[in-house]
Amino acid sequence: MDIMDMTALQLAAAIREGKTTAVDATEAVLARIEEQDKTYNCYVTVDSDGALAQARAVQKKIEAGELTGPLAGVPVAVKDNLCTEGLRTTCSSKILHNFVPTYTAEAVKNLQKAGAVILGKTNMDEFAMGSTTETSAYGVTRNPRNTEHVPGGSSGGSAAAVAAKECFYAIGSDTGGSIRQPASYCGVVGMKPTYGTVSRYGLIAYGSSLDQIGPLTKDVADCAAVLEALSSHDMKDSTSIAREDTDFTAALTDDVKGLRIGIPNDYLGEGLDGEVREAILRAADVLKEKGAVVEYFDLSLVEYAIPAYYTIAAAEASSNLERFDGVKYGYRTEEYAGLHNMYKKSRSEGFGEEVKRRIMLGSFVLSSGYYDAYYLKALKVKALIKKAFDEAFSKYDVILGPAAPTTAPKLGESLADPIQMYLGDIYTIAVNLAGLPGICLPCGLDSKGLPIGLQLIGDCFQEKKLIRAAYSYQQGGELA
Amino acid sequence: MANIISDETIEYVGILAKLELSDAEKEQAKADMGRMLDYIDKLGELDTDGVEPMSHVFSAENVFREDVVTNGDDRERLLSNAPQEKDGMFVVPPTF
Amino acid sequence: MSKQYETVIGLEVHVELATKTKIFCGCSTAFGAAPNTQTCPVCTGMPGSLPVLNKQVLEYAIAVGLATNCDITRYAKFDRKNYFYPDNPQNYQISQLYLPICRNGGVEIETEAGDKKTVGIHEIHMEEDAGKLIHDEWEDCSLVDYNRSGVPLIEIVSEPDMRSAEEVIAYLEKLRQIIQYLGASDCKLQEGSMRADVNLSVRELGTEAFGTRTEMKNLNSFRAITRAIDGERERQIDLIEAGESVVQETRRWDDAKGESYAMRSKEDAQDYRYFPDPDLVPITVSEEMLAKIREKQPEFRTEKMARYKAEFDIPDYDIEIITGEKPLADLFEAAVALGASPKKASNWLMGETLRLMKEQELDAGDLRFSPENLAKLIALTEKKVINSSVAKEVFEVMFAENVDPEQYVEEKGLKTESDEGALKMVLEEVIAANPQSVEDYRNGKEKAIGFLVGQTMKAMKGKADPGSVNRMLKELL
Repeated sequence: MDIMDMTALQLAAAIREGKTTAVDATEAVLARIEEQDKTYNCYVTVDSDGALAQARAVQKKIEAGELTGPLAGVPVAVKDNLCTEGLRTTCSSKILHNFVPTYTAEAVKNLQKAGAVILGKTNMDEFAMGSTTETSAYGVTRNPRNTEHVPGGSSGGSAAAVAAKECFYAIGSDTGGSIRQPASYCGVVGMKPTYGTVSRYGLIAYGSSLDQIGPLTKDVADCAAVLEALSSHDMKDSTSIAREDTDFTAALTDDVKGLRIGIPNDYLGEGLDGEVREAILRAADVLKEKGAVVEYFDLSLVEYAIPAYYTIAAAEASSNLERFDGVKYGYRTEEYAGLHNMYKKSRSEGFGEEVKRRIMLGSFVLSSGYYDAYYLKALKVKALIKKAFDEAFSKYDVILGPAAPTTAPKLGESLADPIQMYLGDIYTIAVNLAGLPGICLPCGLDSKGLPIGLQLIGDCFQEKKLIRAAYSYQQGGELA
Repeated sequence: MANIISDETIEYVGILAKLELSDAEKEQAKADMGRMLDYIDKLGELDTDGVEPMSHVFSAENVFREDVVTNGDDRERLLSNAPQEKDGMFVVPPTF
Repeated sequence: MSKQYETVIGLEVHVELATKTKIFCGCSTAFGAAPNTQTCPVCTGMPGSLPVLNKQVLEYAIAVGLATNCDITRYAKFDRKNYFYPDNPQNYQISQLYLPICRNGGVEIETEAGDKKTVGIHEIHMEEDAGKLIHDEWEDCSLVDYNRSGVPLIEIVSEPDMRSAEEVIAYLEKLRQIIQYLGASDCKLQEGSMRADVNLSVRELGTEAFGTRTEMKNLNSFRAITRAIDGERERQIDLIEAGESVVQETRRWDDAKGESYAMRSKEDAQDYRYFPDPDLVPITVSEEMLAKIREKQPEFRTEKMARYKAEFDIPDYDIEIITGEKPLADLFEAAVALGASPKKASNWLMGETLRLMKEQELDAGDLRFSPENLAKLIALTEKKVINSSVAKEVFEVMFAENVDPEQYVEEKGLKTESDEGALKMVLEEVIAANPQSVEDYRNGKEKAIGFLVGQTMKAMKGKADPGSVNRMLKELL
């Protein structure tokens, strides 16, 4: 088997067994990046020398028996909003074009402890704001399945890198679907765990109450293994949760007998592409045949998730992005007259259009006289949405639906109408508002040959049910 | 469009957000924000009387650290990203 | 002035808490380090960094709340206050607006007329301090030092219950005393560990409605506060008398010029867009937590005064002065615990210590000598190793440099001459050299002996015990 076709777990096993080495794998994947990335543009920064040095060090430890984990020696791609010490981290924004963090994000550290080799930093929508990776200041990323299409976003570079085999697995962040939707578009597996499962320390914040880091992988087994490595209770992140049940690989069993699956009627209605709908229902049938109990139900409040989300995310983002001001790091405008002019010019020149749009909206909804009507109202709706999910999970173990209403749109089609683009997040966004885990895995192709993603949503801390259902599906279902 | 964003509002939000927009950008921002607010106004359809605003999803609370010094001098690295520095400090336009 | 006006004052007092580390990170709060050497990604607003609350900050805030009769909020949160300024690295300050940790308290003060009066406390909230901006004259720019960024503060917001500068000072002194007693802060105005912003309005005497208020900042001493209050009162009355109106604004006091000016900027919208900080989780205060903090509450002044009265034979006036300043009381008690007589310890504090403090314009918190050394000095005088005038000399050095008095007396050869033979020889010389005084004394002029004692002390370079000199002289005569 060509090592490039191996999953992360297969590669690690091959390295352990001495069939290949971390160095060989790293060299091979770097060669692939060199060859292809001019076309796909998955990476903002490739750290070839650093990766090879890490690979040599890791290989030594593996040979010395110091590193024995299931991912030791495997090269990974990291989304460019995760801080990496000594390695430029841009958030795909001009405002951080030269920012070199002095510390490494906790999630990345956890991967390093597991023996990961960091290849570089993947492209994304600027500050994770977008659904296509077209808002990057470093060029668009192309979908490896069809280069005329977007890879999705905001973790588009990570999803595309996995699909293009420019890494063995990648990590991304998901604020409103930013892992699951590009996974869907690129035909890979992506998972957003329960809020608080992976430390956010070192993740450059977009919407702090919604952001979670998670894996993008070739299959469900890799996804479970990577999530297991990423998870930790971090005392540096107040919202990090102490969990005992992060042995996610234990859930890799082909068994869904008696699993109660609910399909929200609201997720199959208007706006959903017919081919996507068919694929999702076929996937449900696969699980049903394997013994799951599948039912349809009304989730309610689905159409309120997007306005609530954009209010909360924009408000938090407007505050989170205040620190980018040309004083401590990043871009500072060349010429300015006084402090406030320096702030305004640095930020106006440093941020792209979509980021500015959300900062303006966020500043407005928090401003005097509007806080109650918009921000507080959105937080109340969030509470109602959480309640609706609580009710659903009193009846079902897993909610099944699409990750996106369509397959990947063509490049250049989405940005013209922001609200239309926001509507594309309808199936993923409520999961973030409620802090739930969600996984997206491939379930077929449309007539254009583009991948369709199946989304499974679980109650808080029920990742194992999702992994079990997703793994079972992959043993029998249609892949992409 | 129900929400008409005035020039003053865009100007004011620009001051709050420290963003300077060109005239064309201002027009675009007015239209975008108006549309977005129309869309957000949909939330008004829901009766939320008596609903507690939910800022945190979980009941996690009381996360503290002990009062113990864990960090030393890291000034050199801190300043390594500074657009402008002098005497171990960040340089900014005069504030006095 | 035809009309009578009443001044209405409320205070916002910021107190820097005496924790070892900052409110949200493990950086030291020690004073005086080189710029930016006590910083980390959290307190410099590095992308991706996150805050975690220092438990001691919460405990101090609750302790101050309990000591000022506040209700402790059982479910509290932190909010972000958004405004751009370079001393604020995130461009938002983590503070508390919606659910502050303490509310509805008050402290009792004594008015000029000697009446008791309660000044209400609206709330106490926790927040982080900003960094320091230094103006660079040469290059016309400002320099930012984040060592202070993230130092924990509590802000104590009073009700508009004060009516004069005297009441304001009495209230501040009361707060300072309580907080010092708790050990929650040293409360030094000059060093900025206690800062007061004054909200002031005037109204015609007898009216109910408040006038328009202004907020005055940059008040670094009680004197500046008094002057600023008087100045602002005058300014507002002048405006009203002239038929103009007072503008609600923030003003900066310039103590050197003795005037204030408006801090206005069109870039300053004063719209802070507060919202709950999603990076921090709520705080719930349990009964157990409160009980633990109550248990740790120290003896406060009134209790201490009663105990001193019962335990120590010292005047009421001394008790009042010593317990008025926690550092003095601490010094006193420690010295007594080391065996010093309460009366003597009190005398040193009431006499020389206060005199030198006044002379050198020092706060009790600035005192440098240790209780060990004070106890040693007292022991030296009691054992008559040195006499009282030498002791005063030694004390001055000890006050300045905290020298060990035993060592100092030894090194400088200040011990009283205890060899009676040597003393006798000097006495005989003095008697021989001053026949007139000897004669006068023998003729019943008791005073003459004083002159002879003085001459002897001079010959002994002060190192004799005046009592012994007196006794031996009388014997020889």
